[in-house]
Amino acid sequence: MTTAATGLRGPTTAADTPDARAAREPHPGGTGGARRRRRLVPYLFLAIPVGLLVLLTYVPVVNMFWYSVTDWDGLDKVKTFVGADNYREVFTDPDNVRVFWVSLYYFVGSFVQMVVALYFATILSFRIRFKNLWKGILFFPYLINGVAIGLIFLNFLRPAGGLDSTLTAVGLESLVRQWTGDPDIANVTLAGVSVWRYMGLNFVMFLGAIQSISSEVYEAAEIDGASRWHEFWFIILPSIRPIVGLSLILAISGSLSVYEIPKVMTDGGNGTETFVMRTVWMAFNRGMVGLASAMAVVLLLIVLVITWIQRLVLPDDEVDLA
Amino acid sequence: MIRAATSTVKYVSLVLASIVMLLPIVLIVVGSFKTNQEFLTTGPFTAPESWTNVSNYATAFTRGGMMRGFVNTVVIFGVAIAGTILIGAATAYALDRFRFAGRRGVLNLFLLATLVPGVTTQVATFQIINWLGLYDSQGALILLFMGTDIISIYIFLQFVRSIPRSLDEAATIDGAGHLRIFFTIILPNLKPAIATVVIIKGIGIYNEFFLPFLYITDPDKRPISTALFAFKGPFGSQWEVISAGVVITIVPILVLFLFLQRFIYNGFTAGATK
Repeated sequence: MTTAATGLRGPTTAADTPDARAAREPHPGGTGGARRRRRLVPYLFLAIPVGLLVLLTYVPVVNMFWYSVTDWDGLDKVKTFVGADNYREVFTDPDNVRVFWVSLYYFVGSFVQMVVALYFATILSFRIRFKNLWKGILFFPYLINGVAIGLIFLNFLRPAGGLDSTLTAVGLESLVRQWTGDPDIANVTLAGVSVWRYMGLNFVMFLGAIQSISSEVYEAAEIDGASRWHEFWFIILPSIRPIVGLSLILAISGSLSVYEIPKVMTDGGNGTETFVMRTVWMAFNRGMVGLASAMAVVLLLIVLVITWIQRLVLPDDEVDLA
Repeated sequence: MIRAATSTVKYVSLVLASIVMLLPIVLIVVGSFKTNQEFLTTGPFTAPESWTNVSNYATAFTRGGMMRGFVNTVVIFGVAIAGTILIGAATAYALDRFRFAGRRGVLNLFLLATLVPGVTTQVATFQIINWLGLYDSQGALILLFMGTDIISIYIFLQFVRSIPRSLDEAATIDGAGHLRIFFTIILPNLKPAIATVVIIKGIGIYNEFFLPFLYITDPDKRPISTALFAFKGPFGSQWEVISAGVVITIVPILVLFLFLQRFIYNGFTAGATK
């Protein structure tokens, strides 16, 4: 009865009870055991989360650096130190160098993706009919399983499939190609599928940023006689700069870690092997864990450098956690 | 005049984009109702003879192991999401409500980890999973899903700050211990954050391909992604069955999207910028 009443009196009165003071800032009057227990509490709550973080992220990163300077095959008890040999191979073996070039297709693709996303985000931020329908259609592909997307496009792009039939129907049969079979264009095709898949995420992020601009800004601009183009250039673009910057960073690391689409659609054939595909193949099919680790380290370092550049160019207040 | 022209351009571009987005999906639905003979002899735009021909779906569910795939995905999701919520909430509670030696260090440890894409470290993570004896078990996926999800921890951390401390204090006076405060005050008040995490992570786990492909070889343990991927082998010449498998994979996500649109948009924009 009394405890309930104390609890109901609210924080100001409650703070005056000796119990509460002891709980919040233990002073010499409190019992030593309770104080020690209180000091242990955060560590107990953090034990498992930090344990898993260290075990599944930090230990692998450290091990990866160590494996990358050995010739380990993944099974042998002995790991022989080979210095920078693996790194030399990453940058000199033409088969390894090629995967860097492949990622450029996806990088260029992500620019196209951002431009398209920005266009649709802008026109849907103005008054328009069936807004939610358009938004849903443009975004939904992002939610589809990557394997399903690969199969959808294998079906769509097969000879005499949906795309070829459409091109023929509109009199453009001269454009018909072996979309995934011709090494000259296979990477362009796969990057295109990637754009189809990820455009929606960019679009929704851009749209969210544009819609958070206060309507007063537009009204003021309209009074000043600004055209739609001026609104885009002087209001919309500056206010979504941070999210465009973030998307650009994600685009770079994303284009280096492409895996699912080419894995499902070509399995790396016709010159479409990507960085991650090659790393996985080396480590798990060829037993070259040392070399694969060196490739993974290179990838990790590229991502870190890019993120570091981003922090320099676009100081990000979202990162502040304290 | 110019207004009318730009308006036309707007709608034409939206219709074209919608065709590009929907046509590949529509054609796979059309194909999934055809018989093998039909699939080979008719064009992709030709409607199936019978829209009620569900034999491809039956084949995909039973012989294709999609049923198993769904069950496995649900099990993995259930355990991993419970773990993710407990881990995220516990971390957020400890970091927000206590001041202790090493707090900065722990924060930085989580911050730094966001820079390490999981896909780059799997070569070495694989050895850890192997060492734990979890290779070819769903435990590997569960552990990785809940142990490497820093985005969720961030969402919880943002949210736990908005829970008034006076609630904790009142409970302390009533004699509640920290564990009880965590379970009776912090967790229930984190509900909106939990909903966001369940939706984003649910879609993420449902669509994850890389990890199950790497860690699970036993066909009976496969989640939906790798179960569908396996169609390429035995059904390689039966595209009507593959089409049915694809449609089966998409339908649950489509239903979820139609019902939870607003939460999904908010979840992804929040998750992506944090």
